Amino acid sequence: MIAELGHFATIMALILALLGATVPHVGIARADSRLMTVADNTALGQFLMALIAFGALTYSYLISDFSVYAVAANSHTAKPLLYKIAGVWGNHEGSLLLWVLMLSLFAAALSVKGKKLPQRFRTRVIAVQSALVLGFLLFIVFTSNPFLRLDPAPIEGNGLNPLLQDPGLAFHPPMLYLGYVGLSVAFSFAVAALIEGEVTPLWARWVRPWTLVAWMFLTAGIILGSWWAYYELGWGGWWFWDPVENASFMPWLVATALLHSAIVVEKRDALKSWTILLSIVAFSFSLLGTFLVRSGVITSVHAFANDPARGVFILGFLVVVVGGSLALYAWRAPKLTPGGLFGLVSRESALVLNNVLLSTFAGVVLVGTLYPLFLEAANAGQISVGAPFFEYGAVVLMSPLIVALGFGPLLAWKRGRLPRAATTLLPAAIVALVVGLYVFWQSAGGILMTAFGLVLATWLLASVVLEIAERTQLFKNPSAFLRRVKGLPRASWGMSLAHTGVAVLLFGITISEAWTEEKLLVMEPGDTATVGDYDIRFDGVKPVVGPNFTAIEGYFFASHKTKGAIGTLDPQDRLYTDPVMNTTEASILSLASGDLYAVIGEAAGGGRWSVRLYFKPFVSGLWLGAALMVLGGFLSLSDRRLRIGAPKAKQVKAEA
Amino acid sequence: MAGLKTRKKQRLVVMIVAVAVLALAAFLIVFAGRQTGSFNLFLQPSEVFQQKVAPGQRFRLGGLVETGTFERKDDGLTYEFRVTDCAADIPVRFTGMLPSLFREGQGVVSEGALNAEGVFVADTVLAKHDENYAAPGTMPKNEEACSHPEALTAGQTGR
Repeated sequence: MIAELGHFATIMALILALLGATVPHVGIARADSRLMTVADNTALGQFLMALIAFGALTYSYLISDFSVYAVAANSHTAKPLLYKIAGVWGNHEGSLLLWVLMLSLFAAALSVKGKKLPQRFRTRVIAVQSALVLGFLLFIVFTSNPFLRLDPAPIEGNGLNPLLQDPGLAFHPPMLYLGYVGLSVAFSFAVAALIEGEVTPLWARWVRPWTLVAWMFLTAGIILGSWWAYYELGWGGWWFWDPVENASFMPWLVATALLHSAIVVEKRDALKSWTILLSIVAFSFSLLGTFLVRSGVITSVHAFANDPARGVFILGFLVVVVGGSLALYAWRAPKLTPGGLFGLVSRESALVLNNVLLSTFAGVVLVGTLYPLFLEAANAGQISVGAPFFEYGAVVLMSPLIVALGFGPLLAWKRGRLPRAATTLLPAAIVALVVGLYVFWQSAGGILMTAFGLVLATWLLASVVLEIAERTQLFKNPSAFLRRVKGLPRASWGMSLAHTGVAVLLFGITISEAWTEEKLLVMEPGDTATVGDYDIRFDGVKPVVGPNFTAIEGYFFASHKTKGAIGTLDPQDRLYTDPVMNTTEASILSLASGDLYAVIGEAAGGGRWSVRLYFKPFVSGLWLGAALMVLGGFLSLSDRRLRIGAPKAKQVKAEA
Repeated sequence: MAGLKTRKKQRLVVMIVAVAVLALAAFLIVFAGRQTGSFNLFLQPSEVFQQKVAPGQRFRLGGLVETGTFERKDDGLTYEFRVTDCAADIPVRFTGMLPSLFREGQGVVSEGALNAEGVFVADTVLAKHDENYAAPGTMPKNEEACSHPEALTAGQTGR
């Protein structure tokens, strides 16, 4: 009964979305404000219906209603509560419903919070957003109904893939989806602006916070996934340039670029057409990501054909949305009035460079991700694109970005002075070079790339500090320092914090990649192995029982060579019962200097066990850096300017 | 610096930048592709013989672990098994920890190179992530020749 209610709500949402995507445009054409308000009402209605549908599906999971196909296929009575809930979106059908819920949530938020926007424009935005909701709902209703019944109902469900039964991964997809879907708002704003034929600083003032929110969720979602891979897969790695990872990384790169170019539109009324294009591209990458992950095309181009209806639908939707919006762009973008001019050396130019490098990198990742698919589709053989390809692109494109990142915030708008910025940054360059030379000398010149990475990270960190010092006139007028610190806008602190995050992330990557120590060995109880400065003693294994698994748990005792005991590590080799599957649970001891990481393998005969031990120095820099980036976004979002912007701009609109 | 006083000039600069960026991207992709390990061929055993892959050349080997060939050496860390696509098979040697989903009869992808004796020395072995999906590229392409029991069921990638 509940499932039918959910199904009914889904269809109601579809009808409302159909109305919301069409009627408001008619209203605008006829200047009929009653028809225009349909957008607001249907937006709220869609959200309510989507909420009911999602609630109904969640309920079916909670009570383990196995007469619902999706529940039977993905859940199990013995599963802990958290994973029953996570199971709702841990599969194709449920994750689409989550997409719809979030899309309609944003449409509803626009209609409630966007009252300050001009009605005509707001109506357009919500109507475009409703069209996206409609597309996904059609997909759900015709090819991926989560409320499909199963008759007769099985007594027990199949269970959720144990690899996904993990707190890190329970929250990873919704975070990522909030990010993907958040970019839909920028997309709807861009399409509405193209239809209306104008982009104002007000436009950017609205797009920027939405993009910022989307970017924060994407950042958090990606890093959560990376963290999960790090401790769950037991390979000690955190990024594999896997197509699924790339699918989330490409929208992130473009969203980062968009975040920065929107600033130029807002402050200087320039780069308008480019920013519109980025908004479209960013959301297109989100759709592409969903397509790649959900259609099975990654597993094999031929797996795509196993369920042609779904694949063809997503592909069709992708073509309509991407092709349609790009065609609209080609048609309407030349009509946008060109904005402010700026010099070759200016804040604007620095942000253009940021955009150029980030989008080029997104392009390189795109080629590396899709190339094997094209080859396979053309029957030209199978290849795999490995990490060296992407890493090469990252080094070549991101290094100049980080060098320029030091300069950017110090350049004035419109026309900056490079020599002056260079003088300010001289100490940063010196410190960075000293660090580089020291590392180079210490390691007898063996690790050029490590020295290079550390130079970049140090440079970035030091230039962020110098930039704050410059802004607060720490050296010129120290007495006014505190007053000026207070006076700096939060957006400026947000920027500094996020850039510091990039530096910390880079430290984490460089240091952990360069000085990780790995030992693969067979240990007997009582044996001691050394990784880094730490001695790890193996104390044997014990069987343990969890709620839906049994496991072999290994015991290790870690101590520092000179400072003595630190703690214990207890990695597990788990055997889940439903579905039957083995997983490795690495055990990680996070210390200030780095992570001790242990994985237990299998019995090697004679009471011996195969064991993998790592010491990964400063790998927590990765999570810390990403957290700083998200925190910086949050701080920037809380800036007064972004909240009081709208009323002022209403006047701008009235003049127009 | 003269600055960009006119729109025409600014547009010219934009065009130059755009062309430069496209050139840079193309250049990068070509050069990145030349890095060792960037593009690895993905082959099944019969293709390895057909193409006469030279010893030392890295590639990815996909196929099924032949039932009854799996063996662990005395050091407890080195494993040997044969990977088959039902028409041909290749011995594989791997030192390390096998993924927890590694099973005889199932799909496996290994990365490495052949040595002079024709043994594929792998430094990475990937098994599938989940019982229901076959790892990409491990299903024998010559399905009809395959009487391998697992091949018949594992080929279906549905849920």
